[in-house]
Amino acid sequence: MWSAIKRLYHQLGSPKWFYELTSRWSPWFLWIGSTMMLVGIVWGLAFAPADYLQGNSFRIIYIHVPSALLSQSAYIMMAAAGLVGLVWKMKMSFVVGKTIAPIGASLAIIALVTGAVWGKPTWGTWWVWDARLTSMLILLFLYMGVIAIYNAIESEEMANKAAAILSVVGTINIPIIKYSVEWWNTLHQPATITLTKKPTMAPEMFIPLMLTIIGFYCWFAVWVIARTKNEILWRERRTKWVKSLLSTGENQ
Amino acid sequence: MNSQSFIKAIFKRDFIIAFRNRGELLNPLMFFLMVASLFPLAVTPDPKFLGLIAAGIIWVGALLATLLSLDLMFKSDFEDGSLEQTLLQPQPSILFVMVKIVLHWLMSGVPLTLVAPILGVMLALPNGGFEPLMLSLLLGTPILSLLGAIGAGLTVGLKKGGMLMPLLILPLYIPVLIFAASSVQAGIDGNSYVGHMAFLGSYLALMLVVAPWACVAALKISIAR
Repeated sequence: MWSAIKRLYHQLGSPKWFYELTSRWSPWFLWIGSTMMLVGIVWGLAFAPADYLQGNSFRIIYIHVPSALLSQSAYIMMAAAGLVGLVWKMKMSFVVGKTIAPIGASLAIIALVTGAVWGKPTWGTWWVWDARLTSMLILLFLYMGVIAIYNAIESEEMANKAAAILSVVGTINIPIIKYSVEWWNTLHQPATITLTKKPTMAPEMFIPLMLTIIGFYCWFAVWVIARTKNEILWRERRTKWVKSLLSTGENQ
Repeated sequence: MNSQSFIKAIFKRDFIIAFRNRGELLNPLMFFLMVASLFPLAVTPDPKFLGLIAAGIIWVGALLATLLSLDLMFKSDFEDGSLEQTLLQPQPSILFVMVKIVLHWLMSGVPLTLVAPILGVMLALPNGGFEPLMLSLLLGTPILSLLGAIGAGLTVGLKKGGMLMPLLILPLYIPVLIFAASSVQAGIDGNSYVGHMAFLGSYLALMLVVAPWACVAALKISIAR
């Protein structure tokens, strides 16, 4: 088992292997993710019962919660990738970290926008300085900082390392920011899903939500893989395998 | 050269440089005073209202003034090449970075803390607020210097670093701002603010461990550029 993990790690470290392995994984993520999304969205939007308090407006949860959840874990993934790159000097890891940054930022924007749309009918306002909204906004700022550093530093290698340091420092601070903001002000309903407690939602609402969350994660994987493959092709454009791959038209 | 004389040498050199450029030392302080005096002009001179937002104004001013002075932390050393030489020394670079952070705090955080009560009087801060304001600045400004050192290290070699640094560092300053400003509010309301100070203290302890390390890593990237 351990040696298999080690082999996989070394294979993923090589751009060529990474390209080939993830090309094989990507369709699985795509199809599983799409099925989950389709079932989850149709179930959630058409068949799940309306909320007794919020009516049909709660249905935006099927976009809002997955994107909010994923944008937070994407930051951790980006920092983990950066840390692996810094510690074990693994170049592919930096590439993955770099491709995650804009995806995570857009997920944070989706979460904020859907949150605002949801807030209007339920709280009567687009924006309140509530703890969870504010910490999502700060998360977006943290993403923007990382993206800004990629844009500001011309040398690819330096930019990767600098962004990795920043995202690791940011990750140490995320729980502190989150709890300090929570302590500061809370209006948002408590988290819908926690790992430790039984869901407070009815199962007819909860299962589609789980499906859309899994779907979001799978689509996220597809997206990251596609962007990373693109980056690999560009970086390795002078190598033989990329040239032969592109000339025979076998690029998926 | 042992570590002790290494630390002493850097301290001495930087103190001399700082006191030969006294103007630069005063600039952040002047900025702090000016920012704070903009608020009564822009919002209202009514003391009742100003008293409510005084702590917030002072703390936001302190954040911005610190950011302004951070730019100079490693800049001149980087430009004349001494940064690279110092990092190449056999002595651990973390000592050098720690000395730089302490110096930055002595030259920005401490003066800001000392000036703050005067601003508090000008902004009609209620009586109970002065003690927590001073204490929170005393505990909070070293955190600003520590976190800021990471940003300064990351942006030192960049031409457009001045605008980039606030973008990187300000989100990390938010917990300090929240706890410091609310400790002042607690003091004004007559409540205990021990919890706020405990939070600031523990955050300071954590950053003392994390920030110098990250700053060294950042500097090593910057000089390799």
